Amino acid sequence: MSEAMRTVKFKIYRFNPEVDIKPSMKDYELTIPDKQDMMLLEAILRIKALDDSLAFRRSCREGVCGSDGMNINGRNGLACVTLLSSLKQPIELRPLPGLPVIRDLVVDMKVFFEQYAKVKPYLINNDPPPAKERLQSPAERKKLDGLYECILCACCSTSCPSFWWNPEKFIGPAGLLQAYRFIADSRDTAKVERLEGLTDPFSVFRCRGVMNCVEVCPKGLNPTRAIGHIRSELLAEGN
Amino acid sequence: MALPTYTFDAIIIGAGGAGMRAALALAESGAQVALVSKVFPTRSHTVSAQGGITCALGNVHPDDWRWHMYDTVKGSDYIGDQDSIEYMCEVGPQVVYELEHMGLPFSRLDNGRIYQRPFGGQSKDFGGDQAARTCAAADRTGHALLHTLYQRNLAEKTNVFSEWFALDLVKAADGQGFAGVIAMNIESGEAVFLHARAIIFATGGAGRIYQSTTNALINTGDGIGMAIRAGLPVQDIEMWQFHPTGIAGAGVLVTEGCRGEGGYLINKNGERFMERYAPHAKDLASRDVVARAMSLELRGGNGYDINGVSCVKLKLDHLGAELINSRLPGIRELSITFAGVDPIREPIPVVPTCHYMMGGIPTNRFGQVINVDAKGKEEVLEGLYAVGECACVSVHGANRLGGNSLLDLVVFGRAAGLDVKEKIRDLPLKSVTEAELDAAMSRLNRWDNTREGESVSQIRFEMQKTMQEDFGVFRTGEHMQQGLDKLLQLQQRLNHAAFTDHSRVFNTSRIEALELDNLMATALATAHAALYRTESRGAHSREDFPKRDDAKWLTHTVYHGEGNRMSTRAVNMKPLHVKPFEPKERVY
Repeated sequence: MSEAMRTVKFKIYRFNPEVDIKPSMKDYELTIPDKQDMMLLEAILRIKALDDSLAFRRSCREGVCGSDGMNINGRNGLACVTLLSSLKQPIELRPLPGLPVIRDLVVDMKVFFEQYAKVKPYLINNDPPPAKERLQSPAERKKLDGLYECILCACCSTSCPSFWWNPEKFIGPAGLLQAYRFIADSRDTAKVERLEGLTDPFSVFRCRGVMNCVEVCPKGLNPTRAIGHIRSELLAEGN
Repeated sequence: MALPTYTFDAIIIGAGGAGMRAALALAESGAQVALVSKVFPTRSHTVSAQGGITCALGNVHPDDWRWHMYDTVKGSDYIGDQDSIEYMCEVGPQVVYELEHMGLPFSRLDNGRIYQRPFGGQSKDFGGDQAARTCAAADRTGHALLHTLYQRNLAEKTNVFSEWFALDLVKAADGQGFAGVIAMNIESGEAVFLHARAIIFATGGAGRIYQSTTNALINTGDGIGMAIRAGLPVQDIEMWQFHPTGIAGAGVLVTEGCRGEGGYLINKNGERFMERYAPHAKDLASRDVVARAMSLELRGGNGYDINGVSCVKLKLDHLGAELINSRLPGIRELSITFAGVDPIREPIPVVPTCHYMMGGIPTNRFGQVINVDAKGKEEVLEGLYAVGECACVSVHGANRLGGNSLLDLVVFGRAAGLDVKEKIRDLPLKSVTEAELDAAMSRLNRWDNTREGESVSQIRFEMQKTMQEDFGVFRTGEHMQQGLDKLLQLQQRLNHAAFTDHSRVFNTSRIEALELDNLMATALATAHAALYRTESRGAHSREDFPKRDDAKWLTHTVYHGEGNRMSTRAVNMKPLHVKPFEPKERVY
């Protein structure tokens, strides 16, 4: 007895700058066993085995490397941790919004990484390090939970209207989450300088509290709350 | 058409933990360095490491790096090089403190020191009680480490070639070593020649030769393929670690730290079966021991059946929600996502899953690549280095201990970087000939000029299936020979395979084709080496040769791509500061 099968329908954004004048949506169908569920990434890999011209990024396939962020039925997410069964058909896949498209589902993330780099996302402490580790209490360390886990997938920043309008000036939720990760680190000594770098009207203050970032973060992080903490710190510093 | 040429003092291929640590060691040297990676650095597979990084900080109990060294030598089943293991264990604490100073968000003990947890194969006092030696950032240590190293590289303004794929080494005109590599900008699809005095391979593992693996899709043995094609040997490549706890069906890793925190494995009768196989260390025996015990349980019909997949289960619920949420939050997330199981309430279905390549490009403890010629003569290749999983330095021998891979990455990434820093002014920029450049470009040209042929995905699928069936936890000569014959046929088919899309911009099928060459080279080397070693040692477990045979095989195996030839190479038994650890029976 052969296994009962079903067809899953997709519409995928296609654009190859070498041949296409403009992007288009292409229909795909995948036949899979009726009872089998799978991650969206697995389905896209199977589509690629049928049409090797489809381009997308992927690496860890378990939601920790941040490669396969895309717009899935209108919402940003990681293909590798999204179950097919959770999606309405036809499943519409588009590149992350607001960034230039290189090809198909691959976007140019340059401006996203530049905003990240702008917040100096590294520990600053010019005191000579001790012979062993710098001490940090469990309570101080706990302040980094919900901040350090970011995987730089860009799902948040590319769902943020403020980032769409001002990607060169507004740091965006991902960068600001990391800005706060270092402000909150008891080992970092550059808090004042970090806050001074954020006082202009755009870097932080373009956040309008839309909270799309919180809604889409595949790691369950809360950039809006981190931005709120930065604002409070800026007020406390009298800026 | 002349190939564009970029010239550097040093190029590092791969931006995982090893490559990025090497780049930092070179940052203040004033040298011109290019860090080349086929993915944006934080997408590298180091990001998936969970449980931690092992070294004798002594934060939980008095500890000694010599105890760590003893455990590592024993874990390697005595074919780890003792000078390298000694160096790694001795310098380990310093290297971990450096990571902490860089900002790595380690979990903490109440006294503010770095948290350390028990891991498999760890002991106090040379084989005594269980030790707690693995430094952790919850169960996301690899993520925390990789991001910290990337952040430090941002601070140091390292020149990163992100999404550039290395194709092949280019031989020097005088035949002495290598002058650089050909690399392709994935976005534009254009190839260039990266000309350099020093080349550091940090290309990671190749777990994708197997069907079921914890490894990322990018782990395609690129360094192994490049080395073999360049006529370099690979060592102990038959030694593949099967991690006891990959999520059944999905292959996603569940850290050994779960068992370190008090979790244990059960069969379908609810029995904690490791008590039978390793009465002393139980669930924290070495990975090879636990993976074999699990396979025997499954074979004996003691497995659970989950949608046709036979598995055992990892029980954590007795640890309580608070411990799971604070120490193992990532595991809980992965388990819910990939097994549909919340470990706070139910055990996680797991099977032994391909996890780590102990073998690789042979190097000394400075990361310098060692060439071994047909007659067994050894030569250090000045200017060529290999570090991390692609290298065989060899600190893992026949079986790696948990928490030793992250340590290996940073210790030897740093060592190679420092060695290059010291020598860079004396290393020549070697000249090249058009013929050598053409030779290194020939593979790309072959693919680009083939318009019709079998698909890459079909051949990859059959190769992975063959490796899974014939080169798994238990091996026999008969099945391995059949597997090897199949691989040799697949290699022939691969020579005529094609992809259909020949555009240039971000053409990932072109990359996948080039990656399959590397996977196939790694799989073939594995098959030859596995047939060659007629004994059981560490992860290499032969049913037709079930005993360890020190008289014949207390040695490295060396695979030479030309003619698929095998030879042996002596294990280093001469540590510099302590007495050697003599082989003895390995009991946990």
